[in-house]
Amino acid sequence: MLEVQDLACLKGDRLLFRELAFRLQAGGLLRVAGPNGVGKTSLLRLVTGLAMPEAGEVLWRGASIRREREAFHGELLYLGHAPALNDLLTPLENLRFACAAAGDDIDEQACVDALVRIGLENQLDLPARVLSQGQRRRVGLSRLFLSASRPLWVLDEPFTALDVHAVADLASTLSEHCAAGGMVMLTTHQDAPFARPPEVLDVGAFAC
Amino acid sequence: MLSTFFAVLRRDLLLAWRGRSDVLVTLAFFIIVVCLFPFGVGAEPNQLRAIAPGVLWVAALLACLLSLHRLFAQDYADGTLEQLLLSREPAALWVMAKVLAFWISTGLPVVAVAPAMALLLDLEQGGLPVLVLSLALGTPILALLGAVGAALTLGLRGGGMLLALLVLPLFVPVLIFGAGAVEAELSGTGALAHLLLLGGGLAGAMALAPIACAAALRISTD
Repeated sequence: MLEVQDLACLKGDRLLFRELAFRLQAGGLLRVAGPNGVGKTSLLRLVTGLAMPEAGEVLWRGASIRREREAFHGELLYLGHAPALNDLLTPLENLRFACAAAGDDIDEQACVDALVRIGLENQLDLPARVLSQGQRRRVGLSRLFLSASRPLWVLDEPFTALDVHAVADLASTLSEHCAAGGMVMLTTHQDAPFARPPEVLDVGAFAC
Repeated sequence: MLSTFFAVLRRDLLLAWRGRSDVLVTLAFFIIVVCLFPFGVGAEPNQLRAIAPGVLWVAALLACLLSLHRLFAQDYADGTLEQLLLSREPAALWVMAKVLAFWISTGLPVVAVAPAMALLLDLEQGGLPVLVLSLALGTPILALLGAVGAALTLGLRGGGMLLALLVLPLFVPVLIFGAGAVEAELSGTGALAHLLLLGGGLAGAMALAPIACAAALRISTD
């Protein structure tokens, strides 16, 4: 389904990695590993199409994502390092905007349910600037509950700033998504209790 | 279709309302700049009357420039811009929504208070409708051209200064035809030609600037 061929990434004038290739099938959970600075986030951004590779190609359902951009982005959920929250808006307004901007037609009640499910029932009407780091992260992650129709989830450090409970919940959400035929690609430095152990892609093995 | 466009428009207008002190600062800046001129050049009515169209236009242009750097900066910093670039709709569409919301929150108030400031400089009453019309046609062009500059300088150190250097030369034709329209009306030759040129400029900028801006945003976030 998702296939990466011969990928090379240039950051500034330094070649981070080259000849990187992998394949992610339906139901697959891929953990991108490697030390800091090896290019994990850069790889995720190449896979999402936010950045252009120096060489190589990313294929989604056999077609290049550059040629099929709209179809690919309709099936992709990317949660980056920054949680995409505006400080002046409430978590509910932020979540509703994120869904509407992505083109998902989701009503207010579904957004409220998602925020309650992730444990923010008391913060629904507070401006995002008073939330803690972990709570901000949760607002971003609540989109996962509303994005089951998007098969490919690409998550950059989703476990950062979460407490033990939330980590377990997130791991089971990701496992469920894979069990339902979805695909998850994520970076993390911590062990999470997934239903079955993820495949590991070590970016360091392709470093230059 | 257009769900991203309306989502961005609604959110940016809501943000402008929540952060309305920024909007008031822009408006206060416009008023103060206009008020400085009588102090600088003297309160001779004939002289003020002669320079009024140019003064109002330069002040409107500077007020627009002052707030341009805010157009994408916050969304760039908090990751919203990445999410927008991943939406299915072409980036040029929601860029248009952002520029429209920006103009409604910064350009429109300036257009609204311009007649009052024109009276302060004793501009002849006959020139007021043309002044308002020329600003209403011209300030959206400033916002559209400025958006391209704001996208190009996104995330750069000292981007605000660079932005001014980039876009001020591009603002010159708008300034010439905008201020020229009022002068032409008052001198009796009629402002139609100037206003038509401004309208044409606006149509061209609406067609091309969002595409250039979207390309610049992709480069800036790469």
